[in-house]
Amino acid sequence: MKITRPSLPRLRVFLPVLLAGLAAALGGCASFNPVRVQPWERATLADYSMRPDRDPLATAMAEHIYFSRESATGGRGVGGSGCGCN
Amino acid sequence: MSHQIKSCSLALLVLWLAAVGRAEVKAGDAFPSLGTAGLSGALPATAGQVVIVDFWASWCAPCKASFPVFAKIHGDYSARGLVIIGVSVDDKAPDYAGFVKKLHPPFATVLDQNHTLVSQVAVPAMPTSYLVGRDGRVRFVHQGFHGDETERELRKEIEALLAEKI
Repeated sequence: MKITRPSLPRLRVFLPVLLAGLAAALGGCASFNPVRVQPWERATLADYSMRPDRDPLATAMAEHIYFSRESATGGRGVGGSGCGCN
Repeated sequence: MSHQIKSCSLALLVLWLAAVGRAEVKAGDAFPSLGTAGLSGALPATAGQVVIVDFWASWCAPCKASFPVFAKIHGDYSARGLVIIGVSVDDKAPDYAGFVKKLHPPFATVLDQNHTLVSQVAVPAMPTSYLVGRDGRVRFVHQGFHGDETERELRKEIEALLAEKI
């Protein structure tokens, strides 16, 4: 199989595209504020329906499964929803 | 070729500046104008006063806990020139109205439904309160609400700012 080097004109076309892509990627990395959802936009995340323990029956069933499989119960983390404010 | 490299470098610089340009308001910065932020509700006069601008939301539990403390602080210092403005960032006006109706804060509350002011200030957490001096510059920033500790710090800072003259 013969490997051919890209011709110089083709390189001239692709190099700026490559550099522009690299610039865009590095620009994203340069962001000092990587959080996409801002603190004031977390109303939906803070809703009760976002809580993992919103359904007592489902929680009891999950607890039963953990206990049955691992002989362990409790220690299911801390309270609070997804608003990140408490 | 060097022209293309220059163009790409410029693009990188623009992207970096766009990322960095969205800096949050910190101590020492001038607080953005409240009058031009399109807030719903009556704004009290703040010229030459010590002002606390507190960003809150009805869905934020620590914000709810902070209201009685701000009410006490308002009662103790409003006669000496402290103005407290609670800026709600609720998406829905009824949520804001319901919260205010329930808690009856003695200080002014306004709604930033379009998130114009809060985006401008780039609040780092909910709630965040900004203590602004008589010169309109932010002097202290309180991220979150930590009960007695926050109240103690606020009172100390308010006393210091009220003692200052322009």
